[in-house]
Amino acid sequence: MQEKIKITPELIKEHGLTQEEYQLILKILGREPTLTELGIFSVMWSEHCSYKSSKIHLKKFPTEAPWVIQGPGENAGVIEIDENLAAVFKMESHNHPSYIEPFQGAATGVGGILRDIFTMGARPVASLDSLRFGPLDSPLNEYIMNGVVSGIAWYGNCVGVPTVGGETFFAECYRHNPLVNVFNLGITRKDKIFKAKASGVGNPVVYVGSKTGRDGIHGATMASDEFKEDAEQKKPNVQVGDPFTEKLLMEACLEAMDKGLVVGIQDMGAAGLTCSSSEMAAKAGTGIEIDLDRVPQREENMSAYEIMLSESQERMLIVTEKGKEEELIKVFKKWGIDAVAIGRVTDDGMLIVKHKGKVVAKIPVKYLAEKTPVYNRPYRKPDYLDEVNELDPENIPTRPNLKETLLKLLSSPNIASKRFIYRQYDHMVQINTVVLPGSDAAVIRIKGSKKGVVISCDCNPRYCYLDPEEGGKQAVAEAARNVACAGAMPRAITDCLNFGNPEKPEVMWQFVKAVEGIAEACRILETPVTGGNVSFYNETLGKGVWPTPTVGMVGILDDVTCCLDQFFKDEGDIILLLGKPQGHIGGSEYLHYIHGEVKGSPPPVDLKYEKRLFKALYQLAHKKLIKSAHDVSLGGLAVAIAKCCAKDSNPMGAVVELSCNIRSDFLLFGEDQGLVIITTDEDRLSETQKLLKELDIPNKVIGQTQKGELTIKGTNFTITLSIEEIGEALNKLNFAYM
Amino acid sequence: MKVRVIVNLKSSVLDPQGKAVCGALRNLGFSQVRDVRVGKVIYLDLDDVGREEVETLVDEMCAKLLVNPVIEEYHWDIVEE
Repeated sequence: MQEKIKITPELIKEHGLTQEEYQLILKILGREPTLTELGIFSVMWSEHCSYKSSKIHLKKFPTEAPWVIQGPGENAGVIEIDENLAAVFKMESHNHPSYIEPFQGAATGVGGILRDIFTMGARPVASLDSLRFGPLDSPLNEYIMNGVVSGIAWYGNCVGVPTVGGETFFAECYRHNPLVNVFNLGITRKDKIFKAKASGVGNPVVYVGSKTGRDGIHGATMASDEFKEDAEQKKPNVQVGDPFTEKLLMEACLEAMDKGLVVGIQDMGAAGLTCSSSEMAAKAGTGIEIDLDRVPQREENMSAYEIMLSESQERMLIVTEKGKEEELIKVFKKWGIDAVAIGRVTDDGMLIVKHKGKVVAKIPVKYLAEKTPVYNRPYRKPDYLDEVNELDPENIPTRPNLKETLLKLLSSPNIASKRFIYRQYDHMVQINTVVLPGSDAAVIRIKGSKKGVVISCDCNPRYCYLDPEEGGKQAVAEAARNVACAGAMPRAITDCLNFGNPEKPEVMWQFVKAVEGIAEACRILETPVTGGNVSFYNETLGKGVWPTPTVGMVGILDDVTCCLDQFFKDEGDIILLLGKPQGHIGGSEYLHYIHGEVKGSPPPVDLKYEKRLFKALYQLAHKKLIKSAHDVSLGGLAVAIAKCCAKDSNPMGAVVELSCNIRSDFLLFGEDQGLVIITTDEDRLSETQKLLKELDIPNKVIGQTQKGELTIKGTNFTITLSIEEIGEALNKLNFAYM
Repeated sequence: MKVRVIVNLKSSVLDPQGKAVCGALRNLGFSQVRDVRVGKVIYLDLDDVGREEVETLVDEMCAKLLVNPVIEEYHWDIVEE
């Protein structure tokens, strides 16, 4: 063994390992580790790679359904589209890198998720991104937002994968902890799904892609640590993305797979070569031996430690059949991509790393990838909850001018149009986007099939802050409802669980509750969890983010021509409201943006009702009975109706009457769950209502569409807005940032 | 006073633009090219600045706007008094 470097307690601490964990390493190896080995253990046992705090709770998720082909544990989840095709999808966070270097941090996040998809053999067809920033009142937050958005746009546009939607939310807690969650979905044939397994003893291991440089050494441990004031010093960790190489790498990988040259494949993301090699071997129950001298290197004199831990982007590790390596390398050469056989699959269950003729690491792979430390961290209900949950709605002052209030809400950064963001993304490339950004969910056409894929990502962190369990449930229900409003049946989710420091019992409690909420919703709605990631330590100077479990939902349309968007279409169409308004005001945008309070409990979700609601929407769409559907969410009923009137071209107004016995502002701005606004015409009204009755969905005709303006009448108020006024309010951010 | 600021990516940071230029040059037959790094040059025309002041001034401009210290490094000189 080389590198006679003394392993000191300081060095162990610098590697983010505890003394107990170090003792375990000594026991596993039966000797002191080399520096390279210490580095390898450090990244593989980091929170980011090992899920040591979350693993035991993630087991609560339902992961199976007849249409689920691949659940958690692979690079991405897979569900069935039809007898031939499958959808491959995953969402991941890139929060820490995006805080340090917004542009490159977000860009490499997109690159990473794309690789997760095409590693499985699928061609990426659509991305979503879920972004959280601090309020736009400081140059720093504007800088982070602009950097993140242009980073996503740059990478996605260069690679030629459309970014078709997402969400953006602003709150104080994200001021120094921006969250960047990126989702991607790809399409493949069901019989062409590739896994990250190093099977077949003696098979060659081939390194493909960009050369290895000193990029992001220890990115995974960085993402497992909260930021102190010295975040600046962590800066050299950030990698730079190269989307043009990614595109070539993608085409080369897909061609190699098509030609039957790939046995197993995994991308080198966090923890680079270390993670890909040990995980692939562990999954196949084999060992792996690699020679670092053969690894293509961008810089001179790189140490074994640096090569093993480098997080240079756009790299993959492929196991091919013995004798096929030349053919594989030829494919990559054709695309101008480096490909070098650097090792082979062995049968001893060990990761053996050689450098300059010496063995620099020799570790049983199972202790790196499967038998990693697992913690059942203590958790405790946080004290803040009792205080914030207390809300007497009677004490909320009424608003003298409801029209003004509605306009103000429409211009709130969380509600207003985010066109200034999505117009930077190429959302049409590949020409499969049927419903463009700006509606509830994005709809993607599948070439060669009648079917369509519908995707949406959602989470209301304010609800999760007030009640993580209800918030987790609501995130799933909301994402599913958005997908159903496009006419599709929600099928499965991927999730990005963003939390603070799990070593704090209060944060751990939020995590456990959110997971339980998501699990319950997924069980009842029959949308299993197929993968995702956990991002802890979203804290700077001890202040953490609100619990933010982002849910990415995938739904399938049997006939893509049946898809719906949220906008009112023709004059004289009949507007129906599904569900019963309750005027639940706790946790609402109204309470926050108008009254400056984050209080109360979030609106409860009736999951069994939601399940029926989705079925109803799916049937209404596929029988072509309705023309539009939009769910009530942030801002409540009035905001939802106004948004239906906000189509870019030929917007259509409405006259609506809401007569019920609820305080006007609560009725208009309460964020009750399970409310959906649909439109149909005279001829199809009775059939629509019949279907809704059969499925026991409360519904009521509330008005009609009309040209030019929106009028909302209640028992003691009338609001009239012109289409221009609505547009002006919704476009406030666009005017400021475009 | 005229100041020239030269900004380059740090040597350990990947330079996709340089990589592309390098590939293009080789394709054109310049087989001698081993590596290319692309940076930028910024000329600043300054009024009423003395020799002593200029140091802090330029460094401040670089820190606040001209240079991204996360991935770039810079140096500067005075090209005209």
